[in-house]
Amino acid sequence: MTAETLPRSIPVLGPNRPLKLPKTVERTLDNGLTVIALRRSSVPLVEVRLRVPFAKAHLARAALLTQTVLSGTTTMSTVDIAAELQKVGGGLSAGADPDRLLISGNALVGGLDRLLDLLAEVLTDANYPAEEVSTERARLVDRIRVAQSQPSHLARAALLKRMYGKHPYAIQTPAPEQVEAVTPGTLRTLHAERLHPAGATLVIVGDIAPEKAIAAAERMLSKWDGAGSAIELPPTPELRPGPLTLVDRPGSVQSSLRLALPAVSRRHPDHAALQLANLVFGGYFSSRWVENIREDKGYTYGPHSLVEHAVAGSALVVAAEVATEVTGPAMLETLYELGRLASLPPKEDELEQARQYALGTLQLGMSTQAGLAGLVSTYAGFGLRLDYLAEHAARLARVSREDVAAAAAQYLAPSRIAAVVLGDAAQIEKPLAALTAVTRAAS
Amino acid sequence: MRIPASKYPVERLTLPNGLRVVLTPDRAAPVVGVAVVYDVGIRSEPQGRTGFAHLFEHLMFQGSESLEKLAHFRYVQGSGGTFNGSTHFDYTDYFETLPSNALERALFLEADRMRSPRLTEENLRNQVDVVKEEIRVNVLNRPYGGFPWLRLPPVMFDTFANAHDGYGSFDDLESATVPDAADFFDRYYACGNAVLAVSGDFDVATATALIERHFGDVPARPAPTRPDFAEPDLTAERRSSYEDRLAPLPAVAAAWRVPDPIKDLEGYLPYVVLAEVLTDGDASRLVERLVLRDRTVTSVGGYIGFMGEPFAVRDPTALVLQAHLPPGGDVDKVLRTVEEECQRIATDGLAPDELSRTQARMATHLLRDTDAVLGRALQMAVLEQQRGEPELLNQLHTLIGGVTEEQIIAAAAELVPSRRAAVEVIAGGAK
Repeated sequence: MTAETLPRSIPVLGPNRPLKLPKTVERTLDNGLTVIALRRSSVPLVEVRLRVPFAKAHLARAALLTQTVLSGTTTMSTVDIAAELQKVGGGLSAGADPDRLLISGNALVGGLDRLLDLLAEVLTDANYPAEEVSTERARLVDRIRVAQSQPSHLARAALLKRMYGKHPYAIQTPAPEQVEAVTPGTLRTLHAERLHPAGATLVIVGDIAPEKAIAAAERMLSKWDGAGSAIELPPTPELRPGPLTLVDRPGSVQSSLRLALPAVSRRHPDHAALQLANLVFGGYFSSRWVENIREDKGYTYGPHSLVEHAVAGSALVVAAEVATEVTGPAMLETLYELGRLASLPPKEDELEQARQYALGTLQLGMSTQAGLAGLVSTYAGFGLRLDYLAEHAARLARVSREDVAAAAAQYLAPSRIAAVVLGDAAQIEKPLAALTAVTRAAS
Repeated sequence: MRIPASKYPVERLTLPNGLRVVLTPDRAAPVVGVAVVYDVGIRSEPQGRTGFAHLFEHLMFQGSESLEKLAHFRYVQGSGGTFNGSTHFDYTDYFETLPSNALERALFLEADRMRSPRLTEENLRNQVDVVKEEIRVNVLNRPYGGFPWLRLPPVMFDTFANAHDGYGSFDDLESATVPDAADFFDRYYACGNAVLAVSGDFDVATATALIERHFGDVPARPAPTRPDFAEPDLTAERRSSYEDRLAPLPAVAAAWRVPDPIKDLEGYLPYVVLAEVLTDGDASRLVERLVLRDRTVTSVGGYIGFMGEPFAVRDPTALVLQAHLPPGGDVDKVLRTVEEECQRIATDGLAPDELSRTQARMATHLLRDTDAVLGRALQMAVLEQQRGEPELLNQLHTLIGGVTEEQIIAAAAELVPSRRAAVEVIAGGAK
């Protein structure tokens, strides 16, 4: 081998593989349930995601319902359900957010019928036994108490309040007292009123032909019945820029910086340009902001910036945990990097790098059963299908520097920030007030 | 339910410089996973340098022979890929997932830092700051930080290697020097001490040629002799407690030594299964008893190794149980119930189906972890490094499925208080 001259040159990339979307088969069953199935044969497993619209569901009841929907039917106990699922290598769990209830599960692929059968049992016959509800109620209260001791949770809660005012998105975790007031009867009522196949989407991804997966869903879930009218949330309110909201956490060794900025939905013509603008700013490791406050200054470990999509609106959220003593300087650099991109176009190589990242990670996101199932289910919640990805990839490919500059000027402008900082107010209020107006959160 | 097999192909080779390579092609999706695993971890840190293995992992991203600082991140992400690294008790890994047209680039990046990372004072000081923020986020500024993975080892073990804080003290981190880093690299980051694994969308012959091209001239350096980290089992219970000023609820973790995962796989596997019999899901022994019936805990979990990776840890290690209690909960009562339930398994055995359903669920978990190409590469790299047997990945769920009730009974009989190390969290943040 000959001695290399330094620096060695970086290998060029091979030709880009075109985005290949897996075949999707979709059918709406007679009961109104939409079933979407895709094959991915990498492992002999199957993933399921059942998404049921849940807008305006009572917060505490919805939260406790997710913890008790698997806690028994008229013929099976919690333990029976869990054991029967295990027999096919399966498991199910439920969660809720202000838009939807999501029941997720997986099993050995030969267990798909049984998994769906048990899912159907729960959907049609969950009976919320008093004993189990009382156990899960206490556990949920404990979990909320633990969450309330986490800075990330407290900062998130304060930010949502700041962003959404009176909109249902403003509060996403119930208070312990609200949970304590939930009875089995109210859970049964909520279940009867809202857990309907009409408007719901079941996604099945696994080592099975899509037609067979849909046939299994039809066999097992046709007995699930009932209908309700679609309930929609009002659009989210415009962000109100203004003084930074400071939430005191005495003795905190770090400050949690949270900045919200406006954003647009996946269907909006500005979406691709905004996604790339966010990447250039702070949306991935090789962004200006992360290279600045982490790799140059060492203020923080895992800063991130993300366009968050919910059914009633989208927002861009910038988040970092920084050492208490550098809270002011970290905020300064954050405002600087936002302002820089809002004022000056990105360089061509910055845009190309962000574009390649956006396009490449589309491929990575689809390359596992769980990733694909989650993606298809999320898109379905927004009325989109997987073919959206091809359109989106084409739009990403077309975005110009001017488009990114325009999107940044509009959406990343520091003048539009709604900001929250959680930290030791005695130490950070003055440095922050040197940069922006500050108001204390009502406690 | 019949447990299906996985059949990932495995190709092994060793370059003339001693680098071991594992290839596992899969053309189903246009992505590749690349993993490089070095046989050094928290246990090998020098005294006075707690946290150094992890700090050094950060330094491996700070530029190398032909790459400026920041270049590694930019090349990976600018190829549409993602990256990370992580530090464990027995190994340190570096990895990327990328669209498959970027395979050669990823190999170049890994080879470049295997030859020579840029260890500079400026980068060291910067990454000490970053690591301190990482420790603040994950340990100091949150409830239950480092519980129990940083809290149990000092109770269970006596030697510095096994017992010390793997994240490191701020004092030790701040005292680290560039010569320390150069030494650490020289000693442990030899290519003879590394395994490269590549999985996903590639042709074996092409990938082999690329690997030879990029890694072939990494200087041959032999692996250091791995010290013996063995410690005797406990003969009397060890208990410890500490107050967590942020924690709203009490918590407890207990651990028992298990057989050597490498030298005695057959003796070890029953403990891997027992942890799941005890804690996996609502139909498991301890969830049913402690959470659903007695309501003495709000959650309980069980796993092997302080990081929960049963097939990527060496001896000495442990079966760990951890539980959070309701306000005012009684830790002693919880430990007594655990003892009682283990005893019950030891005397009465298991219910019909109890073992087979647990094994079926474990198979799903194991298979699911191999679905992502990167998961496959990482696991095979560690299996090659620790066992010389990457193809074991295809057999793990079958081996799990072969564990018998008698073996579970025998393992449960070993989880007695006199062999237990336990640590209790006193809820300093309870209101």
